[in-house]
Amino acid sequence: MVDPLSSVLDGTDPLSMFAATADPVALAAATDSSRRKRDRDDNSVVGSDFEPWANKRGEILARYTTTEKLSINLFMGSEKGKAGTATLAMSEKVRTRLEELDDFEEGSQKELLNLTQQDYVNRIEELNQSLKDAWASDQKVKALKIVIQCSKLLSDTSVIQFYPSKFVLITDILDTFGKLVYERIFSMCVDNRSVLPDHFSPENANDTAKETCLNWFFKIASIRELIPRFYVEASILKCNKFLSKTGISECLPRLTCMIRGIGDPLVSVYARAYLCRVGMEVAPHLKETLNKNFFDFLLTFKQIHGDTVQNQLVVQGVELPSYLPLYPPAMDWIFQCISYHAPEALLTEMMERCKKLGNNALLLNSVMSAFRAEFIATRSMDFIGMIKECDESGFPKHLLFRSLGLNLALADPPESDRLQILNEAWKVITKLKNSQDYINCAEVWVEYTCKHFTKREVNTVLADVIKHMTPDRAFEDSYPQLQLIIKKVIAYFHDFSVLFSVEKFLPFLDMFQKESVRVEVCKCIMDAFIKHQQEPTKDPVILNALLHVCKTMHDSVNALTLEDEKRMLSYLINGFIKMVSFGRDFEQQLSFYVESRSMFCNLEPVLVQLIHSVNRLAMETRKLMKGNHSRKTAAFVRACVAYCFITIPSLAGIFTRLNLYLHSGQVALANQCLSQADAFFKAAISLIPEVPKMINIDGKMRPSESFLLEFLCNFFSTLLIVPDHPEHGVLFLVRELLNVIQDYTWEDNSDEKIRIYTCVLHLLSAMSQETYLYHIDKVDSNDSLYGGDSKFLAENNKLCETVMAQILEHLKALAKDEALKRQSSLGLSFFNSILAHGDLRNNKLNQLSVNLWHLAQRHGCADTRTMVKTLEYIKKQSKQPDMTHLTELALRLPLQTRT
Amino acid sequence: MGTALDIKIKRANKVYHAGEVLSGVVVISSKDSVQHQGVSLTMEGTVNLQLSAKSVGVFEAFYNSVKPIQIINSTIEMVKPGKFPSGKTEIPFEFPLHAKGNKVLYETYHGVFVNIQPQKGKFTPSPVDFTITPETLQNVKERALLPKFLLRGHLNSTNCVITQPLTGELVVESSEAAIRSVELQLVRVETCGCAEGYARDATEIQNIQIADGDVCRGLSVPIYMVFPRLFTCPTLETTNFKVEFEVNIVVLLHPDHLITENFPLKLCRI
Repeated sequence: MVDPLSSVLDGTDPLSMFAATADPVALAAATDSSRRKRDRDDNSVVGSDFEPWANKRGEILARYTTTEKLSINLFMGSEKGKAGTATLAMSEKVRTRLEELDDFEEGSQKELLNLTQQDYVNRIEELNQSLKDAWASDQKVKALKIVIQCSKLLSDTSVIQFYPSKFVLITDILDTFGKLVYERIFSMCVDNRSVLPDHFSPENANDTAKETCLNWFFKIASIRELIPRFYVEASILKCNKFLSKTGISECLPRLTCMIRGIGDPLVSVYARAYLCRVGMEVAPHLKETLNKNFFDFLLTFKQIHGDTVQNQLVVQGVELPSYLPLYPPAMDWIFQCISYHAPEALLTEMMERCKKLGNNALLLNSVMSAFRAEFIATRSMDFIGMIKECDESGFPKHLLFRSLGLNLALADPPESDRLQILNEAWKVITKLKNSQDYINCAEVWVEYTCKHFTKREVNTVLADVIKHMTPDRAFEDSYPQLQLIIKKVIAYFHDFSVLFSVEKFLPFLDMFQKESVRVEVCKCIMDAFIKHQQEPTKDPVILNALLHVCKTMHDSVNALTLEDEKRMLSYLINGFIKMVSFGRDFEQQLSFYVESRSMFCNLEPVLVQLIHSVNRLAMETRKLMKGNHSRKTAAFVRACVAYCFITIPSLAGIFTRLNLYLHSGQVALANQCLSQADAFFKAAISLIPEVPKMINIDGKMRPSESFLLEFLCNFFSTLLIVPDHPEHGVLFLVRELLNVIQDYTWEDNSDEKIRIYTCVLHLLSAMSQETYLYHIDKVDSNDSLYGGDSKFLAENNKLCETVMAQILEHLKALAKDEALKRQSSLGLSFFNSILAHGDLRNNKLNQLSVNLWHLAQRHGCADTRTMVKTLEYIKKQSKQPDMTHLTELALRLPLQTRT
Repeated sequence: MGTALDIKIKRANKVYHAGEVLSGVVVISSKDSVQHQGVSLTMEGTVNLQLSAKSVGVFEAFYNSVKPIQIINSTIEMVKPGKFPSGKTEIPFEFPLHAKGNKVLYETYHGVFVNIQPQKGKFTPSPVDFTITPETLQNVKERALLPKFLLRGHLNSTNCVITQPLTGELVVESSEAAIRSVELQLVRVETCGCAEGYARDATEIQNIQIADGDVCRGLSVPIYMVFPRLFTCPTLETTNFKVEFEVNIVVLLHPDHLITENFPLKLCRI
C-alpha cells in the first residue's frame, strides 16, 4: 500500500526534490570571486554617503547587553502540528509517522536553557557555521531548516533588553543564507561560454535556474509561522531578479504589508528595519516601500503604550524608560533609509506626521538621529519646543537633547537663534540629576558652544560641568566624556592665550585626578599647542599654564615608564621649550631654561634640548654683538657656558655627553671663552676611557668603535684651531688625547686605533702649515701664536714620528697569514696619507712610501685596479709645477704583475 | 563495478500536457564497459484509487484497494543488445503524450485518494466579504463566556487560479481578549463514491500564519497564501470521485479560544 502522504515524507517533498536536482557547490565556488566583485558594484548604487549597516552592528551589540539567562529553542524536525489546530484533519497514522520522523538526524529538538549572553552569541555563531557547512555539503534542506529555526528566535521577546543584539546576530545568518542562495542560482546561469552580465535581465537566466528559484519561493511560502516566513523570504529577495523584472518591486510592498501581522511592536519594527536594509541593498530606488514602512510604523505606534506591551513589561520587570531605548536602532535605520537623498518636502511631511502622535519622544529622537543635520539645525527651535512638550515618563529627555546636540555639532542653526538654542538646551541639561545623563548630554553640547560662542559662554559651560561633576567625585566615572570636552575646546580655541584666559579651564583640568588620564589630557593639550602655535611666545599666562601641564607629564615618568612614552613626552615638552621666546630679553630666557632644567630633570632628551637652546642663546648674543662682547654680554655668555658645563654630566648617554662637550666647547670658543672651552675639551678627553665597547642603539647592542672614530675625527678638526694654553706645554690637548687613545682598550683584531692615528697625522700635518685652513673670528690659533716657530715645528715633528712609529709597528704585527689582507690595505691607506699630507722631497719619507707601496703588494692581496689608479694619479700630479719630484717617485713604484 | 542509470527530462519544471512530446536522455555511466541485453523505456500513467484508513478498517484498506487504472502506456526500444563503452553514454528519447483509448489525461497530484483533472477551467472572480463576531459563530456552547470581538475582512475571490495566491484582507476592529495568532488553513476534501456508498476525507494540506501576537486594531492584515504545487489540483467532480478545497480562517484568542470561519474554494487552471 502506498500512502501518498508518507511518500512525501520519504523524501519526495519539493524541498528534497529540488535539493536532489541541485548541482554541487563547486560551481558556485568557481565563480565566487567574480560574484563578490559584482556584489560590490551592485551595492555602489547606494552612494558612499549612506552609512552602511555594518557601522551600526558593533554599536548595537555593545549597547544592548544583558546579564540574564537566555535560551535557544531549536526544533529541527518537521513541523509537527502545533497546539492541536493543525492536526484537525490529520489521520492518527500520519501523525504517528510524523512523530517517528522527528527523530531523524537533524530532526531532534534542542532546547538550550540558562545560556549567558556570551554562550548565546557563540551558539548563534555555531549555527552560522553549521549553515555554511550544511550548504557546502549539499544539505540544502538542513540549511533551510537552520535558517527557519534561527529566524523563529526573533519572535521570542523574553529577555527583551537583548533583543536588538539578537536581531543583529540572527540577521547575520540570514544575510549569509541570502548570499548563498543567490550565488548558487547565479552560478546555474553560467554556462561554459559566458558569465551573466552584472545587470542581467530575467531572460538571461536559464530554465533550471528559474525553476530552482521558484522552488525556493514555494518552499518558503509554505513556512507555517509568520515571522520565519517573512525573514527567510526577505533574505532571498534579491533572487526575484531571476524570475521577473518587476519581481522585487512587487515583493517589497507585499512583505511590507505582511509585517502588519506581527503583533509585538518591537518585533515588528525590527522586521521593518530588516526589510529596509535588504531593500536598500537590492533596490535602493524603490523608495515607496521605505515610506510605506514608515507610515505603517506610525499607524501601529500606539501599540507601544498598549496593554499587551505593558503586561509584558510588568512580567519581565522592565521599566518604560529602559524599554523605549530598545527602539532607536531599528527606527534610526528606517528613518535613515528614507531620509537618504529624500526631498525636503518628504522630510517635512514625516515630521508633521510624527508631531501629530502623542508622546512622540521616540519618534523625535529617531528623526534627529537619522535626518540630515542641516534639516534639523534649521528647525532647532521647533525641535526644542517639541522636546519640551514630551512626556517626562517615557523616553528620557536627555537623550533627545543629546541627539539635537549631535546635529548642531554638524550643521549650523540660523544665526539669530543660536544663543536662544543654547540657553534653552542648557536650561534643561543643567537640571539633570543623574551625573551620567548630564555628562553624556553636556559633552555633546560643548562642541556647539565652542563653535558659535566666545570664551565667556564656554567658561560658563565648563563651570557648570565642574559644578555637576565634583559632588561625590562623579568625574571619576566620566573621564572619557570629560576628555572629549577638553578635546573639543582645544579644537576650537587655537589661540592659547585666549584658551588659558578661560577661567575655568585649569580648574576643569583638576578634575582629571587619575594620573594616566591626566597625562593623556596634558598630551592632547601639548599636541594642539605644537600644532597650532605659530609664533614663539612669552605670554606669562601661557607659560605658567603650559609649564604646569608639562610638569604634570614629566612627573608621571617613573621607573616603569616605557621608552616610547618617554620619547613622546620629551617630544611634546621640547616642542613647548622651542616655542618660548623672550625676544631680546636674553637673561630671562636663560632663567627660563634654568627653571625648565629643574623641572624636567628626568627626561634626558629635554635636557639635551635645553643645552642646545642655551648654546643657541649664546650664539644669538654673539650675533647681536657682532662678535664684540661687552663686559655684560661676556658675563652672560659665560653664564650660558657654565649652564651647559654643569648640565652635561647629568646625562646618561656617553656619546650624547661627548658630542655636547665638543659642541659646547665650540660655542665657548666662538664666544672667546678660551679657558671654558679648554675645560669642555678636557672633560671630553677624560670621558673617552669610559666609552664602553658595546653600546645600546634602539635596543640592540652595537660595537661603539665606529662612533668613537667619528667623534674623534670631528674632535681633531676642532683641535686644529684651539690655541695652546700659555701655562701648559705645546699641543697640550693633542698629547693628552693621544695618551688616552694609546691607553684605551681597543678591540683585538681591529685597526681602528691605526685609522685614528692616521687622522692624527692629518691633524699634525695641518698644524704645521704657516696659515691654518680655517679660523674662528677673534680667536688666535696656534699659527698666529707661534708664527711658524721652529721649536713648535720640532715638537710637531716629534709627535709625528711617535705616531708613525706606532703605525709601522702595528703594520709589522700584521705580517701573519690571516692578517695579510688588512696589512695590505692599511699600508696602502698610510701610503695615501703620506702622499696627500707629507712632503715627499724628504728622502726618509720618500723611502718609507716606496716601502709601503711594496708592502701593500707583497702578498698579492692588493687590488690591482686601485694600485693602477693610484699610480696614474701620482703621474698626473707630477706634471704640476712644484711636484716634479713625484716623477722620480713614480718610477720607483713598480706595479705587480699577476702571475 | 557499479553502473549508474539516470533519466533526465528536458523540461526543467517537468510539467507536460497531453499532445506534447516528452523528451529527454537516458544517461548510463560506468567505469568499465558493460554488456547488456538491450535498453527499452516504458512510460506508464495510472490512476490509483485507494480507500482511506479513516473511512474503512485498516485491513480493508489493504485488500479493497481499487485496481489501478492505466491511462497511458507506451514502450520504446532504445538500444539493441550489445555493449556500452566505459564512461558516460547518453541516449536521447522522445514520447508523444497520447491517452490510451478514450481516456482523459488528468493532472498529477498526490492526495489521500490520488486524483486528476481535465485541462481547462473557467475563471470568474467571486469576492467574499465577511464579519466574524461571537454572534456569527456556530457550535458555541456558552456564547456568554466568549470575549467580545469584531473581525472584518474579505477574500478577493473564492474562485482561484491555482497558480495565483489566495488574497484578501483581515481587520481586527476590536477584541477584548488579546489575539495570539491568525492562521489560514487550507483543507482538501476528497470524496470517493462507489456502489456501497461514499468515503469522504478532509485533510489539512497547508497552514499559514498571517498574524502573530496581538495585532494592531483597525489595521488590515493581508491574507496571502500560495497554493502548494504538489498537494493541490483544480477542483474536480467526476462520477466516481470529487476533490474540493476549503480555507479556514483560524483565530486564536487569549487565553484559549479558537475561532474558525470556513470558505469553500474553487480552484482552476487557466
